[in-house]
Amino acid sequence: MEVKGTAMAGTLESSDAQVTVEPGTNGIELTIESSVINQYGRKIRATVMETLERLDVKNAKVTVVDKGALDCTLKARVEGAVFRSNGITENLPWGGAIR
Amino acid sequence: MNPNLNRLRRSMMFLNCQKPGLIKDPYIYKPDSIMLDLEDAVAENQKDAARYSLYHALQEIDYRGVERVVRINGLDTPHWKEDVRVCVAGRCDSIRIPKVESAQDVVTIEKAMEEAEEEFGVEKGSILLMAALESCKGVINAYEICQSSPLLFGVALSGGDYTKDLQTTISGTGVEFTWARGMMINAARAAGVQCFDTVFTNLDDMDGFIAETKMIKAMGFDGKSIVNPRQIEPTHKIFTPTEKEIIKAEKIVKEVDEKKALGIGVFTVDGKMIDIAFYPGAKRTIELAKAAGVYEGDL
Amino acid sequence: MKVFQGAYARHNQTYKKAAPTVRGVVDPNESKMVESIAEVLKKCGIKDGMTLSFHHHFREGDYVVNMVMEEVHKMGIKDITICASSLGKAHNPIVPMIEDGTVTGIQSSGVRGKIGEAISTGKLQGYAIMRSHGGRVRAIEEGDVHIDIAFIGAPTCDEYGNMRAVGGKSDCGVLSYAVVDAMYADKVVAITDTLVPYPNLPASISQIYVDYVVKVDEIGNPAKIATGAAKPTTDVRKIMMANYCTQFVINTPYFKNGFTYQTGVGGASIASTISLGEIMRERGIKMGLGLGGIAGPMCKLLEEGLIEKLVDTQDFDLTAIESIKNNPNHYEITGSEYANPMNKGAYVNQLDFVILASLEVDVNFNCNVVVDSNGMVTGAQGGHPDTAAGAKCTIVIAPLLQGRTPAICSNVTTVTTPGETVDVVITDYGIAINPRRQDLIEAMKGVKLPFKTIEELRDIAYSIVGEPEPVEFGDRVVGIIESRDGTIIDVVRQIKPFEFND
Repeated sequence: MEVKGTAMAGTLESSDAQVTVEPGTNGIELTIESSVINQYGRKIRATVMETLERLDVKNAKVTVVDKGALDCTLKARVEGAVFRSNGITENLPWGGAIR
Repeated sequence: MNPNLNRLRRSMMFLNCQKPGLIKDPYIYKPDSIMLDLEDAVAENQKDAARYSLYHALQEIDYRGVERVVRINGLDTPHWKEDVRVCVAGRCDSIRIPKVESAQDVVTIEKAMEEAEEEFGVEKGSILLMAALESCKGVINAYEICQSSPLLFGVALSGGDYTKDLQTTISGTGVEFTWARGMMINAARAAGVQCFDTVFTNLDDMDGFIAETKMIKAMGFDGKSIVNPRQIEPTHKIFTPTEKEIIKAEKIVKEVDEKKALGIGVFTVDGKMIDIAFYPGAKRTIELAKAAGVYEGDL
Repeated sequence: MKVFQGAYARHNQTYKKAAPTVRGVVDPNESKMVESIAEVLKKCGIKDGMTLSFHHHFREGDYVVNMVMEEVHKMGIKDITICASSLGKAHNPIVPMIEDGTVTGIQSSGVRGKIGEAISTGKLQGYAIMRSHGGRVRAIEEGDVHIDIAFIGAPTCDEYGNMRAVGGKSDCGVLSYAVVDAMYADKVVAITDTLVPYPNLPASISQIYVDYVVKVDEIGNPAKIATGAAKPTTDVRKIMMANYCTQFVINTPYFKNGFTYQTGVGGASIASTISLGEIMRERGIKMGLGLGGIAGPMCKLLEEGLIEKLVDTQDFDLTAIESIKNNPNHYEITGSEYANPMNKGAYVNQLDFVILASLEVDVNFNCNVVVDSNGMVTGAQGGHPDTAAGAKCTIVIAPLLQGRTPAICSNVTTVTTPGETVDVVITDYGIAINPRRQDLIEAMKGVKLPFKTIEELRDIAYSIVGEPEPVEFGDRVVGIIESRDGTIIDVVRQIKPFEFND
């Protein structure tokens, strides 16, 4: 899926993450800021990258501000931002690209 | 028949699907059911985001046996169809349909659910339904709603909207709900489904909460809708049978089981003849005691 | 310095105490009153490389440290070691003095706020030494640290240096942790905002230790020294852990008339005091001694007669301060009496129970109360290792998860309290008893509590949040975690900015 516009999902509340996606041309440019970066930075990055891969996002600027979110929340926020950037809210691929 | 139709549902705790901090481990408070809300708690522009959270929560969080009910958006909104799809794809335990006014409303959701089950390869009948009655029309149609679907496990009163429809307000005395509660519990029992009471929102008035919960328990309700973990323990206390009740129920069950096995049709407990009609109630008491973790006998 | 050999390794050891250099005040005409901090610094012979000491009874309302250090800074003095009983966010203004070399050493129970960041990021030229309350007294008495000048903020003081903790604008209840400073520093300065007629009795710190008295406008912010009584928590998770704790306590053999007890001021600790009080009332069991830092709920039990005596080293709220002022069964003791491991027996040795918190507990029951999960110095040892070593039953309450951070882990980032002194860990997901305590495991047979092994608790935590990677540090040691007996139990290294390594 292409990231067509700037979109954001999530909040800065504890246990949440705020994910922003912007159109890009140079692969995935990922920036992560996290309250648990030392212990979970690599896990967060892996989860975000896997989620983008499932959504077939090839080029995008992705910014994650994480406040200790679990993986399930990180995935949800990345998906939220990517689908929003495409204006899609219905007939989502539950169990497919969203896993 | 889905064995969860009659499961213990003393407490059903509302949680906003859009709040990761709330939905990550509510099982710690040991409610019987959680109600993951896509409806009123979620802002109109966050309906989509709440669904992704819901899907992954259902798929990845181990709720440790707590029933996962999802409240979808109403039939009068553009959201409900996608809500049903995500509920089914995520394999929640039950769907709570808000603002139900007729049996047809339940059938509409049931049909959408069947389509989704087909789409996502989910076993038919594995997800149950419940209906929230939030209007005068809904309450007056309680009996037909209770009979609307074999997957419907119960009905719940939703007091906020109902009082608006009645053109009154929540008084704290419960007088405005007198008829609705009576109507609904009667309809539910007649149809053989469960019945749940509305929320009590004043968290600082624990005495008021306890009084109301005792009253609806006495009326016959199966459980209470909960807005804060503080309300769970008192609710469970009220809905848990006392030691005296358990001992009596145990005697009845044992006596009937024993005599029946011997082909005897006359039952006595503590020297008094008892009616066979007491048997299901006694069984229910034992089941309730077991579910509440207070039964130590051998039944 | 030696490496930690075990919590009780120094039992029976003898040593000779250090001693201060004392200037006799023989002439009855000498006044101890000095006009200003600047002047008293000169009189005390302030110079580069000195060690200055402070107490933390004013908690986040303290003005004294900053007030003194500002003058030291203005005089261009360098290479100062601050030896405080604790430091907090109130002392953020010290950071520029760390950066410019005014302050090069910090010795404290712990550090919160910006000073902690400065230490962790390597701004302090020397290293920080973190000592427990008992360990600090020991270090001073054994001469590991020699205090050149002690500055003691006193809520009330007379012109000859008798200090009390009550009666002034900045009441703090007790001056327990400052007593050792008064007895072992070469120069002792009382700083007060409330000068009272002579003699200010009963004195927490006597005139015989005091060289000078300085009156200033304000020594602290009363609103931050003692808060109003905190409302009991309504957080069900905390209440649940508190109830587990109370159930555990009452099922041990130590729960009997005259039992001794210490607890903290966190939500769960306060809730457990309240629920324990209910059981004491029901069963007619009285607490003989309530020890340590005191807050309102313990005072209420004292008033009710459910506690015989409160023995106090710090006051956390106004109720506690009122109580020590008015209740004859509420006593002030010194930091040495409270927790010094190398005196002839501290109060902590007489504890049946202590209820503690912890940032991290590992599967060996080691606790970390100083360094956060990003490797930053952010907390204080306080009396944690002292009471854990002393009490017959040491209970640590910690929610299993703080956001994504697991409290129960394979290895704590830094050991501050050795696992051999920790008996029980209570979380919202279950309770683990240290296998060293087979007697407690035996006592809990048949008790309806969610018992698990510590490994099970860790595994539950990891199953929810994933296994954390160990925090990566730089090589430089920026802090030493000193065990209460003076050995090194762990070190804190400089923070390394996180990198993804590719």
